Amino acid sequence: MVFTSYEFLGFLAVLLLLYYLAPKKLRPPLLLVGSLVFYFFAGAKFLIYISVTAVTVWAAGLVIGKNLEAQSEYIKAHKAELSQEEKKAFRDREKRKRKLWLALCLLLNLGILAAVKYTNFAIANINGLFGTKLGFITVAVPLGISYYTFMAIGYLVDVFRGTVKAEKSLWRFALFVSFFPHVIQGPISRYGDMSDSLFAGNGFDRDRFFRGLERVLWGFFKKLVIADRIFIAVGRIIGDSGKFQGPYILIGMLLYTVELYADFTGGIDITIGVAQMFGVEVKENFMRPYFSTSLKEYWRRWHITMCSWFRDYLFYPVSTSRSMGRFTKFTKKHFGQKAGKRIPVYVSSFIVWFSTGLWHGASWNFIVWGLLNWAILMVSEELEPLYGGFHKRLPGTNGSGYRVFMILRTFLLITVMNLFDCYATLGETIGSLASIFRASAWTGFSAAALGLSVSDWAVIAVGCAVMLAVSLLSVKKGVRERLAEKPYALRFAVFALLFAATVVVGVYGVGYDSSQFIYTRF
Amino acid sequence: MEELLRILSDMHPDVDFETEEHLIDDAVLDSLDIVGLITEISESFDVTITARDIIPDNFNSAKAMYALIERLQNE
Amino acid sequence: MKKPLKKIIVFILSAAVLIGAFDLIQRLLTPKYVDGIVEGAFVKEYYAEEMDHDVLFVGDCEVYENFSPVTLWEKYGINSYIRGSAEQYIFQSYYLLEDAFLYEKPKVVVFNIQSLQFDYSRSEAYNRMSIEGMRWSKYKVGSIYASMTEEESFIEYVFPILRYHSRWSELTKDDFKYLFSQPTVTHNGYYMRVDAKPAGSFPAVKPLGDYSFSERAWSYLYRIVEACRRNGSELILIKAPSLYPHWYDEWDDEVKEYAASEGLRYINFLEHTDEIGLDYSTDTYDGGLHLNLYGAEKCADWLGNILSTEYGLADRRSDSHLAAVWAEKIEAYNAEIAAQKVKYGIE
Repeated sequence: MVFTSYEFLGFLAVLLLLYYLAPKKLRPPLLLVGSLVFYFFAGAKFLIYISVTAVTVWAAGLVIGKNLEAQSEYIKAHKAELSQEEKKAFRDREKRKRKLWLALCLLLNLGILAAVKYTNFAIANINGLFGTKLGFITVAVPLGISYYTFMAIGYLVDVFRGTVKAEKSLWRFALFVSFFPHVIQGPISRYGDMSDSLFAGNGFDRDRFFRGLERVLWGFFKKLVIADRIFIAVGRIIGDSGKFQGPYILIGMLLYTVELYADFTGGIDITIGVAQMFGVEVKENFMRPYFSTSLKEYWRRWHITMCSWFRDYLFYPVSTSRSMGRFTKFTKKHFGQKAGKRIPVYVSSFIVWFSTGLWHGASWNFIVWGLLNWAILMVSEELEPLYGGFHKRLPGTNGSGYRVFMILRTFLLITVMNLFDCYATLGETIGSLASIFRASAWTGFSAAALGLSVSDWAVIAVGCAVMLAVSLLSVKKGVRERLAEKPYALRFAVFALLFAATVVVGVYGVGYDSSQFIYTRF
Repeated sequence: MEELLRILSDMHPDVDFETEEHLIDDAVLDSLDIVGLITEISESFDVTITARDIIPDNFNSAKAMYALIERLQNE
Repeated sequence: MKKPLKKIIVFILSAAVLIGAFDLIQRLLTPKYVDGIVEGAFVKEYYAEEMDHDVLFVGDCEVYENFSPVTLWEKYGINSYIRGSAEQYIFQSYYLLEDAFLYEKPKVVVFNIQSLQFDYSRSEAYNRMSIEGMRWSKYKVGSIYASMTEEESFIEYVFPILRYHSRWSELTKDDFKYLFSQPTVTHNGYYMRVDAKPAGSFPAVKPLGDYSFSERAWSYLYRIVEACRRNGSELILIKAPSLYPHWYDEWDDEVKEYAASEGLRYINFLEHTDEIGLDYSTDTYDGGLHLNLYGAEKCADWLGNILSTEYGLADRRSDSHLAAVWAEKIEAYNAEIAAQKVKYGIE
């Protein structure tokens, strides 16, 4: 059941009705039932995977949480008798126990993720490297496994760190992991951020409900009117890399960058909006990412929850680990104070970006994409002092003109890098990119080959203008907050217009995936 | 405290760390800065800052960082 | 005004505006079937009738192009109507018949069995043209579920805008002109063509591996038979005259056998070409697939004779009210003949 299906809308309507008719206490369990139904329709056999993750992480969390409690109680009770050293020894001993549980649970869940998602990738690489002919396994990747595994792991690490309390109830934890708005495509929610509103069973609040609905509608508009329309052209370009080269790639890259934004942020708008309709708060995942002035800034504003997950649960632990500390001492000794300090940071972020790439998909394309990000980030980090000097000497680099230049430069960089998640192989990606600079690829260009009509292009243009305007308006104050202050009639008109535009101009239904009979005589 | 302020202003000479209270929230310090900072602090103050301590509340201001250091020293 | 009352009024007003606008846009985007493909308009036109027909034809293009109800009236005083639509599948015919029985009980039902050869719908377009025009009843719902291809959704029949929204960029003047009402395009369900194109040669007849009709198709014929019995209508099965697609002898035998076992009359018009006086060089407009006006009038005449002599259908021309209704219809009929003659440059 995808968000943009009649089934989902029907499911949502029924669940909302039941949710608000049910007594407060029954609402969160009802959400769990709804989430399981939703997930069931995605594939009944996948339920086993998500159940294993939910149960094991919940159990491990409980054990770790209990141990933490017992530890502090023991120390409190024996405060007087224990020396500082004894306390420390006791703590270390208990911590080792907790660490064992944590490690076992992580190993199991990451193991499942790796097994279903990366086994064939590993086999392909082994075959390629050693010339072996190992057969591939046939296993369907459970829906949203990358997302819910990460959410569960984040929770467990937080319990281990003592920043959240272990959840005692299994069904509540299962609801967090399987909550249908975020289970398929994120954002990667944190238990600590969500637990309050998720388990509250909030009553019907008209304003909140309609704000959620408004957000859902906006998401559908971006997805159906803009993203899916652009996909008609992008799909063609990607589908035939032999035919579509040069100018098509250039146009395709730009279109894809817009599509990716409309598609992904639109999907998250639906997620957040739907959750809001149930009175549940889901964290924002985007903050006008294409207004970033540098790649570094972009990664603070795009897919925020993923980036912060990697930062908090991978980058910090690795870069502050004891072995990294020893490595720092080593590099300092051999490469001098300054360089020695930086090398370990670079190594840690290399690990992070390698993992980020791999997380996006089991292919070298994504790994190269991740490492490209890493390389650019590290180079610009090194060049920062140089830029600083350059900016000081050059007039006008503080003005808005220069800012716009930086935004465009970053946008272009992202556009080029996005190409890496279009094609299935690295060869196609690089070949296509290179064709932009090959004169022979520029002959015989025809916009009609992209499959979009003039009115489609017009819709895309208007759609982009609307998205841009909304983003620009949101810089100082959220566009929805602004709208909320306006008279009812105006808000209603905007709502109705958005609804009509989505229903009429959206790309969905039979008219778009079968021959349009009305124009062909039978 | 002076020691901490010296480390901080070495990293970002253009920031007034005595008054700034939203170092993380306003993205004055990014994750690379944080890791560098932790290495420096660990050496200068002989404390071990682990990933669990890296939360915005502990790093939003020099004051908060100093409180963290003192807490870790007493542990 | 009290506050809650105001709130309620604002809510109702908003909802009304929203629904009104939705309906208007939906009407605008739904095809009008006035020009070009008019076949989509047929099913709906039935409901404008006075429900008092003696004979109801049910079936596909082989009924709505091959029989002229005007001839039946003019020569025999039989009041008839054709419930046909393009490639109307047998399950759709069944539901359209049941739908008609909600309004009237005709003495005779004529069903063209050519659609026995299809078990499932082959095209969403034909589904649309057969179902959309139906009034809502359990039979419409039944027809939708019996017809839907995999790509279709029930809700797109409830809200046609979901199906036709992509027409927004191809709207024509007609879409605005016929926003609220469309002109009648048939003559009691008959689709008229006055031009002629002599029958030529057809592709060689391909032998089939299996000549038996599917279980599913048969089951709907049983239901048609049963519905006619229940409503006291005599059922006549026909194979309407058409040279192509080929009607296999094996198929014909199967139908004959079934008709005999059920005590039903089955008329294969292909076997009576000479009696009817059909001339495939002048009486077809598309080379033998469908008949033109002259062919349709000959067929109606021939069948009318059977209906009045063997089925005892009374001549109702003396019914002054009905005569007045038909006088109007005949006028429209003749007007279209004249208009089409101009259009196709005949005489």
